[in-house]
Amino acid sequence: MSTATTPTAAEAELAVQARQAPVRSQGYWAGVFKRVRRDPVTIACAAILLLMLLAIVFAPLLAPHDPYQGSMIRRLRGIGTPNYPLGTDELGRDIVTRLLYGGRLSWFMGIVPVAFAFVIGTTLGVTAGFMGGRVNMAIMRVTDVFYAFPSVLLAVAISGALGAGIFNAIISLTLVFVPQIIRVAESVTQGVRSLDFVDAARASGASGFTIVRVHVLGNVLGPIFVYATGLISVCMILSSGLSFLGLGTKPPEPEWGLMLNTLRTAIYVQPWVAVLPGACIFVTSICFNLLSDGLRQAMDVKG
Amino acid sequence: MILYLARRIVYAIPIALAVGFVCFMLVQIAPGDPINAIVPPDAPADVVEQVRKDYGLDKPLPVQFGLWLSKVVVGDLGRSLATGRPVWADLRTAIGNTLMLAFCASGLGFILGCILGGLAGTFRGSAIDRGATGIAVAGVSVPHYWLGMVMVVIFSVQLNWLPAMGAGPGGSSDWGWDWEHIKHLVLPTITLSVIPMGIVTRTVRGIVAEIMNQEFITALRGKGMTRGGIFLHVIKNAAPNALAVMGLQLGYLMGGSILVETVFSWPGTGLLLNSAIFQRDLPVLQGTILVLAMFFVALNLLVDLVQTALDPRIKRA
Repeated sequence: MSTATTPTAAEAELAVQARQAPVRSQGYWAGVFKRVRRDPVTIACAAILLLMLLAIVFAPLLAPHDPYQGSMIRRLRGIGTPNYPLGTDELGRDIVTRLLYGGRLSWFMGIVPVAFAFVIGTTLGVTAGFMGGRVNMAIMRVTDVFYAFPSVLLAVAISGALGAGIFNAIISLTLVFVPQIIRVAESVTQGVRSLDFVDAARASGASGFTIVRVHVLGNVLGPIFVYATGLISVCMILSSGLSFLGLGTKPPEPEWGLMLNTLRTAIYVQPWVAVLPGACIFVTSICFNLLSDGLRQAMDVKG
Repeated sequence: MILYLARRIVYAIPIALAVGFVCFMLVQIAPGDPINAIVPPDAPADVVEQVRKDYGLDKPLPVQFGLWLSKVVVGDLGRSLATGRPVWADLRTAIGNTLMLAFCASGLGFILGCILGGLAGTFRGSAIDRGATGIAVAGVSVPHYWLGMVMVVIFSVQLNWLPAMGAGPGGSSDWGWDWEHIKHLVLPTITLSVIPMGIVTRTVRGIVAEIMNQEFITALRGKGMTRGGIFLHVIKNAAPNALAVMGLQLGYLMGGSILVETVFSWPGTGLLLNSAIFQRDLPVLQGTILVLAMFFVALNLLVDLVQTALDPRIKRA
């Protein structure tokens, strides 16, 4: 809240004005929830994602077989094999089990880099947008440089230089998304900074940090969050793509992109089994995309 | 106008330098001594020291960057660790192949995207709009390397219509504009065109819907202009923005085709990058990334300039 110490009438008035932004939030979120509830596509996507999340969390209970235990005598069985409803992979491991366990890493790799980028990008972007001047200049020019790389290329470049592995893939994907979030955060913050209640708070003596914490963050986090949820879909495709190139997860760990890569050799033997992991990536990615679109509409975020 | 052009070009120089610096740093962030990126691991110690001196790797980092830059600007990207050939020699043919694929794919994606987006924007809220928007969302959400595999399963494995791999009969890499070669281009092009199709559809839909809502369209309708005539007005207003999106998509495809090229064994920069990663051939990795990124910077600049030239309303000087 505002840090007005001498409550003259004029200052009290300003403080009241300044307080109004956070106060309205409760009604705002109720409205958003109402609008989401009336949108069948968004609800359906959220339901599918929730089911998937439950399935991968409870994978040890649901999976019929061991994800690592293969067998040379039952390699590459087709869809509908008794005991192995979706067939087996090139080492004779059950596809259902591997898809369930594989979702864990794929989801992890799709969400964690975006979460990191959200924290780092929001911090830098809000700082740049709020401080303006030289700080803005420094942050935004560095951002421009990373923008000069197509995102797939940047991810492959950093991962390729650092070498394969989950940790390196997370670093490279985070670096891909930070500049994108900075740009959004900076432009939203600049929009909020020029609003009256920020001027009012400053006039009432609030420090820059207090203004950002109380008045700016509440108004910019929503749009940045919506933008970030849209990135999850991209991140999942990119991280699976890195694994597909041999840059992400290492075998024998189950992960959808890596499964797609190893099953590629089986494309002439069991073509429909081989494309299953990609179908999982596709369904997850399209659901996150539609969910993000639905949220954007419900929250009335532009852009 | 000329002032704007000059400013825009001057502004691109520090970006290009910084992109070069990031590419230079790629070898520095790689685990291990950067010298391992130049000499094979089994080289004797005195040779390693000699090479270290020759390459200036005993000097401070900024000096090294300067040395590297002075070589790069004259086209010396170093030698491949795996083959010993100059990086640029392999890169040149690969870039040609990638460019051809990216041009075809972005062209196809642009045409489809304009049709879908134009229809969706004109008939907003209708079933056509929902269908086109659905296709667009699917287009941007699909893992394109997986789509490539599905294409291969359907059109190569099941129907046996089109080849699954390579860029020509018998694995030859010489390109010719005959059916034997074009056949190899079909599946990668369709696969890669899906992303620009989705993005162009979304953009064009937005632009067209916005233009259709403007007063001059109502005025044109009011004075009795036919649908075709109004359509021309819409195109004239939508073209600069649509072309800008398209230009950038071409750049994204140049960098993004690595996965699709891997699926189809298309002999372009993606396949080159893939084998460089596999063999930890850092000079090839660095050179390829540098050239692709520079291409993207140049393309960005070009799009900006063309957009300014096409749209008289933009006067940013």
